[in-house]
Amino acid sequence: MFWDQKIETLERAALERLQLKRLQETVRRVAAHVPFYRQKFAELGVKPEDIRSLADLRRLPFTTNADLRDNYPTGLLAVSYDATLRLHTSSGTTGKPKALFFSRQDVDNAAELCARSFVMTGITQKDVFQNMMTYGMFTGALVTHYGAEKIGCLVIPAGPGNSERQLMLMQDFRTTFIHLTPSYALYLATFLEKHGVDPRRDLALRKAFVGAEAYTEETCRKIEEGLGLDVYNSYGLSEMNGPGIAFECVHKQGMHLWEDHFLLEIIDPQTGELLPDGEAGELVMTTLCREAMPLLRYRTRDITSIITKPCSCGRTHRRMNRIAGRSDDMLIVRGVNIYPQQIERVLMAQSGVGRNYLIALEGLDEMTIKVELAEAGFEGQVEQLMKLQNHLTEKLRAEILIKPQVQLLPPGSLPVSEGKAKRVIDNRKM
Amino acid sequence: MNDVKLVAAFAENKPGQVAHFTKILASANINIRWLAVASTGPFGVMKFLVSDPEMACQALKHEGFVTKLVDALAIEVPDKPGGLHAVADCLASHNINLDNASGFITNNRAIMVLEVPDAARARDVLQKQGFRVLTQMELPV
Ligand SMILES: [Zn+2]
Repeated sequence: MFWDQKIETLERAALERLQLKRLQETVRRVAAHVPFYRQKFAELGVKPEDIRSLADLRRLPFTTNADLRDNYPTGLLAVSYDATLRLHTSSGTTGKPKALFFSRQDVDNAAELCARSFVMTGITQKDVFQNMMTYGMFTGALVTHYGAEKIGCLVIPAGPGNSERQLMLMQDFRTTFIHLTPSYALYLATFLEKHGVDPRRDLALRKAFVGAEAYTEETCRKIEEGLGLDVYNSYGLSEMNGPGIAFECVHKQGMHLWEDHFLLEIIDPQTGELLPDGEAGELVMTTLCREAMPLLRYRTRDITSIITKPCSCGRTHRRMNRIAGRSDDMLIVRGVNIYPQQIERVLMAQSGVGRNYLIALEGLDEMTIKVELAEAGFEGQVEQLMKLQNHLTEKLRAEILIKPQVQLLPPGSLPVSEGKAKRVIDNRKM
Repeated sequence: MNDVKLVAAFAENKPGQVAHFTKILASANINIRWLAVASTGPFGVMKFLVSDPEMACQALKHEGFVTKLVDALAIEVPDKPGGLHAVADCLASHNINLDNASGFITNNRAIMVLEVPDAARARDVLQKQGFRVLTQMELPV
């Protein structure tokens, strides 16, 4: 199923011509209207007319997180303040958020890409969409809300949390698809189980779009099992519209990234060098249709790789793999680079342990992984628990190359999050 | 099959944990006849012999604890020298391993609580030797 078959299946040569035309236009516009880029271009000695092919992209400057903060609030606007229609922000861990402006056309484009993404998974106007993302300044909920409305779905703007009410809405309005974070999805599965609700029997749920946090294949399977539906992985970030930038099609072999709206590169996060196709590195994106706030070569800090092989669905837009981690989530413990996702993968693949976990870094570079025991994983013997703990320690050591402490906990003893989960606590005294 | 069931509960090894459990069971009106704690580092397993194991499980579950009913044998042994030894000897001579064993005395009766891999077989063996294997109902109040 296609939302816009012509553009989604546009042959590569034509797609690349379109990309070049849009890139040239974007570069011209930022050179004319954004002092930050004008100055960067001057420093690099590059002019808009130097961009003659897509390969010239690498002559353009990167834009970083810090650049967005430094130019807060309006420094990166390429249109007049009056021409902006919506403000989103992307929160950081410290200081001011990043301000992200949308023009009317940007709002419409973001919804358009979401509509494309949803329809790609089989959503039609008959579907009922319960949106469990946080409404507000965050792009996650509003952009998908508009996208689903564009298709003609009934949209229930539930927001996250309040699981009793979520359940009531899902039952009363026969919700068929939901959009939520992986940590809330896991929580919701536990909640339904506790309340004796079998989603396969009692609910009309068919699909979940899970995003806003990186998660593993194993987590995805736990969510599918617990909620009795199909999980579609999606990728988005507020700096680039929010959700709906890249989405899985029904084949679920990577996420199609909408290349008529974005140029993508994979670079080595340390050196900034372009990496060959298929190699994992940091995803760098350039907006091609952004009106209010175009961004050139934005460093997403997300680690992934590009699948160049054509997809059997017929879409020509290339796919990216599941996010392997964030370059800023990377932990360095005893000199070893570790992504929390590696730990999650091991835990989620282990039967007998629950869905909630916490990585605690303490003392002099000691790592303790706290994980809840699953109800069904308890055989009543302390020996069995020690065996499980030792087994997990070994599995983790093989994956992350250092030996962590594994601590089993009763279910419910770790903090539950209904939004973004905090998985790492760093209290090291070093 | 009327074997005795122990209630096993997973617990963090922290002060007040035993009291927490006994309080939950007391408010559910459940008598505890015997309890054992096996702990290792940060966590442990507590086992209870109680008047109503099913209900005890439910009460603990309700408070968020992970529980499991574990098969056990309760054997009444003569309260005299060599009483316990006779039971152990009988099992050993039939090649039955004891996973866990302990005993308690109540109303002048000595009760031995055993966990063995195959409770049914152990019960047969002991009964053939004339030991009294108690059912849940026969446990002293
Ligand atoms: Zn496809």
